[in-house]
Amino acid sequence: MTALSAAARPGDKSSAWRLSDRLGLAFAWALGLLFCALTVSIILYFLIEGLRYLSIHLLTTNPKAGFTESQTGGFLDPLLGTVILAAMSMAIALPAGIGVAVWLSEFARPRALARVAESTIEMLAGAPSVVLALFGLLLFQSPVLGFLSQTTQGVVLGLSFFAAASILSLIALPLVVANVREGLQAIPSHVREASYAVGKTKIATTRRVLLPAARPNVITGAMLGVGRVIGDTAVVLILLGTSLTFQSAGGFLGLLRGQGTALTSYIYNNAPSGELNQPQKAYAAAFVLIVIILALNLVVELAGRRARRMRWG
Amino acid sequence: MGLNVPPPVRRLTGNEGTSSPAPATGSPLAAPNANGNGNGRPPLAPPSFAGAKRMVEPSTLAIDRMAVEELSVSYGPKRAVSSVSLPIRQGEVLALIGPSGCGKTTLLRSLNRLTEVTRGTSFSGRITLDGIDIGSMEATELRRRVTMVFQQPNPFPMSIFDNVAYVLREQGRRRPRKRELTQPVADALARAGLLEEVKDNLDHPALRLSGGQQQRLCIARALAANPEVLLLDEPCSALDPQSTKVIEDLIVKLREDVAVVIVTHNLQQAYRVANYVGFMYLGELVEYGNAQTIFGSAKEQRTKEYVSGAFG
Repeated sequence: MTALSAAARPGDKSSAWRLSDRLGLAFAWALGLLFCALTVSIILYFLIEGLRYLSIHLLTTNPKAGFTESQTGGFLDPLLGTVILAAMSMAIALPAGIGVAVWLSEFARPRALARVAESTIEMLAGAPSVVLALFGLLLFQSPVLGFLSQTTQGVVLGLSFFAAASILSLIALPLVVANVREGLQAIPSHVREASYAVGKTKIATTRRVLLPAARPNVITGAMLGVGRVIGDTAVVLILLGTSLTFQSAGGFLGLLRGQGTALTSYIYNNAPSGELNQPQKAYAAAFVLIVIILALNLVVELAGRRARRMRWG
Repeated sequence: MGLNVPPPVRRLTGNEGTSSPAPATGSPLAAPNANGNGNGRPPLAPPSFAGAKRMVEPSTLAIDRMAVEELSVSYGPKRAVSSVSLPIRQGEVLALIGPSGCGKTTLLRSLNRLTEVTRGTSFSGRITLDGIDIGSMEATELRRRVTMVFQQPNPFPMSIFDNVAYVLREQGRRRPRKRELTQPVADALARAGLLEEVKDNLDHPALRLSGGQQQRLCIARALAANPEVLLLDEPCSALDPQSTKVIEDLIVKLREDVAVVIVTHNLQQAYRVANYVGFMYLGELVEYGNAQTIFGSAKEQRTKEYVSGAFG
């Protein structure tokens, strides 16, 4: 045993392992490679298919009725709809999420309320978006909220950008809360105390020291939230209506109160299994969507890198 | 913190001198180079500080700033400080020494009521600042008059300028504007001896500075409020010897305008910078006296043992 060199220690070479361990390792490797291959092939497939059909024409024209795919126009409105939905829902989810995260991380009193809030957010994160959408329909069809959508003969439709964005913000909220909270909790307590120790209040400390320090996490949370929002289909289909163009009631506010469309519902409708069955359009739109999401991931990655650079010892 | 601290070894002073480099602390036995500052005072004893030079003269004009009276602090059922009384004077540096967990940091944090941030803390006793009970003050006002520097350099994630300006501005506000603050910010940086190094890049992120510069920025930040008392919680323990030297020089200089209280693990450091030393052990203030007495001829057995390195 004394002659055993370091390289020959049992456990260093997989040939010395038990068969079950070796099989396990092989399985883990195979799965890892499989998932990489799967992801790469999905992205590559859509890049190739999408680029084949995508043209500037598709990005600048609206869907219209036609007999062949060359007549049915592009997807300008769905693209704009996606942008509007993302902006509106983040306008709700970001301030609310930061507020909740600050409260959970810095105040969290009484304890019982904090625990309830925490599990509520976890539940929200786990809720299927189609369920939330159904609840949203119930909510926005009530006459009290009638001003947020259009009304036909006294019946509140409940379908509008306001309705869809409100529910989508609930989907983005847990991601914002989790990321901002993580960022706040990563700040050492002596940094907070250093601010208290020069006579600053808790509010001032949060506003001027903690949130700026957690900014990369805020960006990450916002981008992940946007990713979820623009990728969601169920809420869009149920709460934004099935039209392929905007149904504005006049003016910008009227646009937001009207039914609309987004890239996901456009893809759904144009998919081979969908109502319209125009696969080329679906591929092109899917390509645009995937490019947006890849770009968001890039921003998340860059924000994370920045966060790692700026740390206390 | 406590990783390299050997378990307390109780040893009677009489047995020393065989293996330990430190001879019996009680004796006035002196290595000739122990005190090299040539001010005519009798050389100071303990040769464990043979390399250390005292940087401070006894102060001629000391003003009473704070008084701690019978202070006890507990975290829940655990008592961290028990009935400690001592004065804090401007013109002097007070060093609190003692092994880990002896309550010196808790005592320090009580002076600006930072202990209140920790939940479940309870106190008894009284601390006064210029004759006023600090318990009756607004915590924010007190903490602007009694500021603090921490063990880890912790500049805020903003520019060098804003780190100091943050203190000068009203709570979360952005006013006053940058131009009005240029002079006070520069003054604070100058007092902390950092201005020369950073004056050309005041808008650089503070977290890019070196550790020693960061710590001096934290001192500048603490000085910007123009405090009466400056609390330093092991300010050099995360720094290299050279930065430590710079900060020690700074401490000695600062004591003229502010009362300085420093908590330190480093006996040599206490010996170098302090006029008065409080030795704490298990939450009690075992001995308080001027540095020469504590390091030369302490009255208490535990103090003698601690300063001679018998336990840490």
